[in-house]
Amino acid sequence: MPMPFIVTCDTLAKSYRRGKVQALRGVSFEVAEGEMFGLIGPDGAGKTTAFRILATLLLPDSGSVAVDGLDVVRQYAEVRRRIGYMPGRFSLYADLTVEENLAFFAATFGTTIAENRHLIEDIYTQIEPFRERRAGKLSGGMKQKLALCCALIHAPRLLLLDEPTTGVDPVSRKEFWEMLAKLRVEYGISVIASTPYMDEAAQCDRIALMQDGAFLTTDTPRGIIGSYKQRLFRVRSGRMHALLADLNEWEGTQTAFSFGEAYHVTLAPGKDEADLRAYLVSKGHADCDVSEAKPEIEDCFMALAQTSEENEPR
Amino acid sequence: MIVPMSLLYLVEKEFKQMMRNIILPLVFLILPLAMMNVVPRLLTQEVRHVRFVVVDNDHSTSSEQLVHKISASPYFDLVAAVGTGSEGLAQIESGDADLVLQIAPRFEREMVRTGRADISLQANAVDGTKSGLGASYAAQIINAFAAEIAGEQGAATRAEILSSRFLYNVNLDYKTFMIPALMGMVLVLIVGFLPALNIVGEKERGTIEQINVTPVGKVEFILSKLIPYWTVGLVLLLYCMVMAHIAHDVSPRGSVLSILLFATLFLLVISSLGLFVSNFSDTTQQASLVMFFFLMVFMLMSGMLTPVTSMPAWAQTISLFNPFRWFMEAMRAVYIKGSGVSDLLRPLLCLGTMALVLFPAAVLSYRKQS
Repeated sequence: MPMPFIVTCDTLAKSYRRGKVQALRGVSFEVAEGEMFGLIGPDGAGKTTAFRILATLLLPDSGSVAVDGLDVVRQYAEVRRRIGYMPGRFSLYADLTVEENLAFFAATFGTTIAENRHLIEDIYTQIEPFRERRAGKLSGGMKQKLALCCALIHAPRLLLLDEPTTGVDPVSRKEFWEMLAKLRVEYGISVIASTPYMDEAAQCDRIALMQDGAFLTTDTPRGIIGSYKQRLFRVRSGRMHALLADLNEWEGTQTAFSFGEAYHVTLAPGKDEADLRAYLVSKGHADCDVSEAKPEIEDCFMALAQTSEENEPR
Repeated sequence: MIVPMSLLYLVEKEFKQMMRNIILPLVFLILPLAMMNVVPRLLTQEVRHVRFVVVDNDHSTSSEQLVHKISASPYFDLVAAVGTGSEGLAQIESGDADLVLQIAPRFEREMVRTGRADISLQANAVDGTKSGLGASYAAQIINAFAAEIAGEQGAATRAEILSSRFLYNVNLDYKTFMIPALMGMVLVLIVGFLPALNIVGEKERGTIEQINVTPVGKVEFILSKLIPYWTVGLVLLLYCMVMAHIAHDVSPRGSVLSILLFATLFLLVISSLGLFVSNFSDTTQQASLVMFFFLMVFMLMSGMLTPVTSMPAWAQTISLFNPFRWFMEAMRAVYIKGSGVSDLLRPLLCLGTMALVLFPAAVLSYRKQS
């Protein structure tokens, strides 16, 4: 018996401005029921376009998407009942209170807060003390929690979360992802989320790395990291700014980009750690600190993004 | 169509948002107040204090009586009495006078003998309203004076008196005429603009995204936007009518119900137009500029300030599609003539047709998908 998919997406393409901007170039993927699927990629990669097509707000140019077996174009009305969509931008009514917003969105789906209270219990208890407050006056984290409640109040089968934690403090971000994990485990709600934070990406069951409207790869976070074959070095020195310039100048550097408080560097074929050290010392970075690093998703993304650029120059 | 429960929540939400707006409730309160109490006094076409110069070539008792009569009226101020007509005209040229009244020599004698006498009126027409109305007021006083003389003389002399009678608005009271039109203007300003800003406002704030993924239908959504404005419009109209009654003693001769019928149709037409414009706009700025254009055309081509029949033929044709024209015609007819719906089938038909076209246009132009 085939695994039941909540989302089946087949060669989805969408362009804007009469084909001048290719937002999606034939993307295909499946999301299994109860899975947490992450879309990772820089701004302009096509993540929001993909979400809006899944949410029945945008019509694809070609390709097809089925949510819970329903076509998002032809059966959009039924699809809307089964999804909870949280746009990247706060889109609740700022002039209604927390409670009014929630009651309003429940009513538009023909349900009530009481009926589905169990789904949002953990999140709602956190914002309930502010239920008389206008939504526009909430802090960033509170706004996102309210938005999640509103997206959940009609008990959807699939949550579509477009950068749900952008602009939210680290503590709230962590709480937010814990709540998503719980929803998945307790109620079997599938989640597709996009995020610019790589630490969040690691919490997904599977992630798709996206660039320029195409998927670079789709795998589990572990699988993606496992496929990273190069040696990676973590480099620091007393003069960080000059260090990056020097690294980029050297013919022995393949990639160098900042990662936290250090630079992550890969070397061109034939060069090794000793060559790197020698070069840096010759450039006056006698205090340099070079160590081998474990690759993370961001490193994989950078490597894949670079290969894809080399393969198809635009 | 059954009314779904969610329509109630949608309408409730619109009302909440409307009343929580800092400015809107104030506008609802103050705009009609100003339109009903201040504007009628500003728009008055009554002319007072017309300055006139007398050239009395007769110097008789009658001519003096006549001059006295004119200068005693509140409409005229006697500036000077001069000897010749050209001196009088010089006063107009220098801007010291608006009107020259010239009484022919032997005015009294001719009057007594033949019942006819010559008086000339010359007016400065740079200010057309002032000169036209000033001259006609003066003519009225002169006519009344002639009638008085004729009465004194008994049947022996007959003064020729021109008379006209104004139907419905006997005193040609400008307020009676303007107030029903100003009520229409209140509705146009509020119910024309606000819906136009509404949907596009939801687009700007991003809230439309969240509404669009709900199962709320198009008709439901548009109705939820129309009903609040329609309600506000009717309440404001009644508020205006009460104020007109208190402040100016202007009340409809016809039935209030027929006013409400026309208002219902008119509000449906302009709020649908507003929502239609809103659906096609990307920013509130665009929507308000487009509506501003429509509202200007509506007012100028409505016959509110100048009669439609004196406009060029093409403008008259355009005004057939002007909902404000038909609403105002109906309002004036019900207020001043006391017409009933059966006398106003043409405005009813025109407004009804527009509503039948614009409401579906507003629904169909609202797209949940792009």
